[in-house]
Amino acid sequence: MSIPEIPEDITPVNQEQNFVHDVYNDIASHFSQTRYKPWPIVEKFLMGQKDYSIGIDVGCGNGKYLGVNPNLFMIGTDRSEGLIECAHGLNSNYNVGISDGLSLPHPNNKFDFAISIAVIHHFSTPERRIEAIQHILSKVKSGGEALIYCWALEQETSRRGYKEGDDQDILVPWVLQDKKKKEKKEPKRRRKLAKDQASESVEEQKPEEPVETPVPKPEPVTKYRYYHLYKEGELPSNAEDAGAVVVDKGYERDNWWVIIRKP
Amino acid sequence: MKFLTTNFIQCAVKGCQSSDSSFPLKYEECELVAETQEFKPEFLVHMLEKINWSALVQVARDLGNDNLPTEKPELDPIMEDDVLILKDLHNLLVETNILNGKMICNNCGHIYFIKNSIPNFLLPPHLCN
Ligand SMILES: C[S@@+](CC[C@H](N)C(=O)[O-])C[C@H]1O[C@@H](n2cnc3c(N)ncnc32)[C@H](O)[C@@H]1O
Ligand SMILES: [Zn+2]
Repeated sequence: MSIPEIPEDITPVNQEQNFVHDVYNDIASHFSQTRYKPWPIVEKFLMGQKDYSIGIDVGCGNGKYLGVNPNLFMIGTDRSEGLIECAHGLNSNYNVGISDGLSLPHPNNKFDFAISIAVIHHFSTPERRIEAIQHILSKVKSGGEALIYCWALEQETSRRGYKEGDDQDILVPWVLQDKKKKEKKEPKRRRKLAKDQASESVEEQKPEEPVETPVPKPEPVTKYRYYHLYKEGELPSNAEDAGAVVVDKGYERDNWWVIIRKP
Repeated sequence: MKFLTTNFIQCAVKGCQSSDSSFPLKYEECELVAETQEFKPEFLVHMLEKINWSALVQVARDLGNDNLPTEKPELDPIMEDDVLILKDLHNLLVETNILNGKMICNNCGHIYFIKNSIPNFLLPPHLCN
């Protein structure tokens, strides 16, 4: 099976609709099961916030970061109705809403901090990625900080092996398992996730390597998500273009991250 | 959606982001449910510092509660009388959930819906810029 191409004449908005939003809604419950372990740097950032700080999680998915530090008040929003329903179902105490990251439903200059984990890479032009960072920052108080993660181009050591020089704008397959099969497979997947700390790199199966299945094998459905893979230095540069001060930056598990401050 | 959340959300339309009348939203036809939650006086006292009190009073009124004082109270969890007020606030802010209802922007008139406790702020294409 070959990976489809992004149609050349597609608008950025339609590209994100077809290759990001529609897909997350289709895979929501399956995707949510792969998401429960916080990444260490995100956890550290949240635990490092002053008690009773208020924050937003933009593109919160199933809300796995909303309960990490119980002494914070956090509101999570995501464009995917399916994932927000998962979040609400996991914990009805999570404060969540359905919203686009470019049109956030919050007052400006209100929040002590923000996070946006593995979301900005789904915007399809540099202008929209910078605008997204700018928009998140507009909700944070002057002096407030935001932690942003994006998938890296440099992931040679991972199974996927994307590397410098590769195309940065790609479609990444997600194989949707048939319900019955998924249940059988569950224990194995959990072990694997625990080992890899639920990194982005274990969440999908490539179509070339279908999971070992018991005999009559129902066709798995493959969905494709669009990603812009960030190369080294690109995320801090986007953040500066958005008017932020880069406070810290690094690489964790196939992702580049920055902590930025609103001047 | 918790009552407390109403103090941190407003109209998502670009043109309304810096308008004073897009916050708070106006709440109509809301179905409320109470959900018991752990009482955390320290948390409430600190939230009060962050809260826009007049917006809170306005939303409470939308939802049929006219009992809030017009001035933000200064409360100390060590004082017994204050604890009683904090308990009332806990009941309103943390335990009161809007299960279903409408939120309307006082600036542009756009209506947002809350369904099964989840507010939806997605905008139709013509309002996205
Ligand atoms: C890889 S997931 C990450 C979810 C979560 N932050 C986590 O770390 O588990 C990407 C998320 O971004 C959301 N997303 C993509 N485009 C978005 C947009 N324009 N506005 C808001 N959320 C968006 C998706 O719906 C999805 O939940
Ligand atoms: Zn409005």
